[in-house]
Amino acid sequence: MAETTMAEMTGASDQPLLVAEGLTKSYGRLAACRDVSFVLYPGEVLAIVGESGSGKSTLLQMLSAQLAPSGGRVSYRMRDGELRDLAQLGEAERRFLFRTDWGYVHQDPAQGLRMAVSAGANVGERLMAVGWNNYGRIRQTASSWLERVEIDTARIDDAPRTYSGGMRQRLQIARNLVTEPRLVFMDEPTGGLDVSVQARLLDLMRSLVNELGLAAIVVTHDLAVARLLSHRVMVMKEGRVIETGLTDQVLDDPREPYTQLLVSSILPP
Amino acid sequence: MNAPTYNFAYLDEQTKRMIRRAILKAIAIPGYQVPFASREMPMPYGWGTGGVQVTAAILGPQDVLKVIDQGSDDTTNAISIRKFFAKTAGVETTTSTDAATVIQTRHRIPEAPLRAGQVLVYQVPIPEPLRFLEPRETETRRMHALAEYGLMHVKLYEDIARFGHIATSYAYPVKVNARYVMDPSPTPKFDNPKMDNCPALQLFGAGREKRIYAIPPYTSVVSLDFEDHPFTRYKFDAPCALCGAEDSYLDEIVTDDKGSRMFVCSDTDYCEGRQAAGHRGVESAAPHKEAVHG
Ligand SMILES: Nc1ncnc2c1ncn2[C@@H]1O[C@H](COP(=O)(O)OP(=O)(O)OP(=O)(O)O)[C@@H](O)[C@H]1O
Ligand SMILES: [Mg+2]
Ligand SMILES: [Zn+2]
Repeated sequence: MAETTMAEMTGASDQPLLVAEGLTKSYGRLAACRDVSFVLYPGEVLAIVGESGSGKSTLLQMLSAQLAPSGGRVSYRMRDGELRDLAQLGEAERRFLFRTDWGYVHQDPAQGLRMAVSAGANVGERLMAVGWNNYGRIRQTASSWLERVEIDTARIDDAPRTYSGGMRQRLQIARNLVTEPRLVFMDEPTGGLDVSVQARLLDLMRSLVNELGLAAIVVTHDLAVARLLSHRVMVMKEGRVIETGLTDQVLDDPREPYTQLLVSSILPP
Repeated sequence: MNAPTYNFAYLDEQTKRMIRRAILKAIAIPGYQVPFASREMPMPYGWGTGGVQVTAAILGPQDVLKVIDQGSDDTTNAISIRKFFAKTAGVETTTSTDAATVIQTRHRIPEAPLRAGQVLVYQVPIPEPLRFLEPRETETRRMHALAEYGLMHVKLYEDIARFGHIATSYAYPVKVNARYVMDPSPTPKFDNPKMDNCPALQLFGAGREKRIYAIPPYTSVVSLDFEDHPFTRYKFDAPCALCGAEDSYLDEIVTDDKGSRMFVCSDTDYCEGRQAAGHRGVESAAPHKEAVHG
């Protein structure tokens, strides 16, 4: 599996990794997501913010090919360099993408982990899915990933149901990153965690994203998460993107009254 | 007293045709679980109604039927099924592996090598090998369709992590014809190598779960493993106490009320055959444990 080096990143970054064009999702008369377009480059972290019900999760599910759009399309640059319309991928290709080149971190770790199997097997599963057949190597790799996400390797044979919330979330990250994906989707990755646990998780995520040159799309209603992790922010309201720009710019100098409201209510001066 | 009138082998011809179609499809796609409209049989599910329906569908008047349960021809289950077909189909029955054309089994494959022309029918309780880790039927079906079998290795990984070796000793998963992963169902892994390249046709029937699957003659059947933890068939430390066989699957039996025990062939036909040919064991209790073969 290719390691993403800085050289490759800069070399490739004039080529978008993911392109969203006019994404729309309707549920009956409700437009959960309307005409969303943007481009994501390799190594770039995009935060999607907005109040509850503004369409963040709907958008993320369309971007990660888990939900078919009512209109518009998503294209992704495959590892062979070709930009492909996700709707045109076969199911096998899509699933393969999902467990190799992509990661998906759920807010609820129980959705992203196998709670009844050991942490080692949780991390090793993706490797076994792509044909790794040496127990020792799988275990070794799982163990080094546990270390990277600051989980005591003595816990490698314990099931995540014996883990704390923060540990589960870190395990979910290790399970996703073990195949060195180029793009990770996260839906409220710090939601439901204590503030101190959140801070540690954010630090870890930030350093992993930097080290690995990962691109990420992070949905959050917590602007502090956007501030710490993302290069760019998209603000959503009633299914539309109403403001987008560099994170610091948008959060320090919001143009839209709605964004000003968001910033002032969540990030006290 | 009027004898009840059954159709040959109990099931009506239309039902048998439906089951045969499922069997033909199963043979055409080795290891693939074919759904079929399982019928009520005059016996409880635990008694192997899936196997009984398969046997009923393939039996002809000239067939010679053997039925074994845990290797034995003489358990209540084996005797009942044998009697059932003797009565409803009037076929000849036997306890000899060699003389049989159709062998219905629960838990074992006979020790005597099977030959071309024979059919081995397995009674299967749980046909889905992925069920253990993935309870959703829609998802397991998709995994089979796309040959996504990483999950099977997750199970083997867990074994090694917990016990230091692959501790699964029954229903040990296999890959059939380099394509479908299949559960051999409750047979001991000792019997797995016998399924590989077997001259006989192997049919599997799951009544409650309404599935039929097959291994056509001379098909590759490979037990899943890791390269650094290869599949091993276990071998018993002591030979059979009755016939001295060193290469057969042994059962532990209690011989008196003081707890004396001995280990004897689970395949009773095989053991009796060897004894009749003059082979003798020590007839004494022998400790056994799993040991790794070669
Ligand atoms: N499956 C569905 N059927 C009908 N309506 C839906 C469905 N999924 C989402 N919606 C609606 O679409 C809108 C956007 O929902 P979505 O879950 O994307 O919001 P969100 O921004 O992720 O909110 P939150 O911050 O609460 O997670 C909401 O009005 C929601 O009720
Ligand atoms: Mg949401
Ligand atoms: Zn014997």
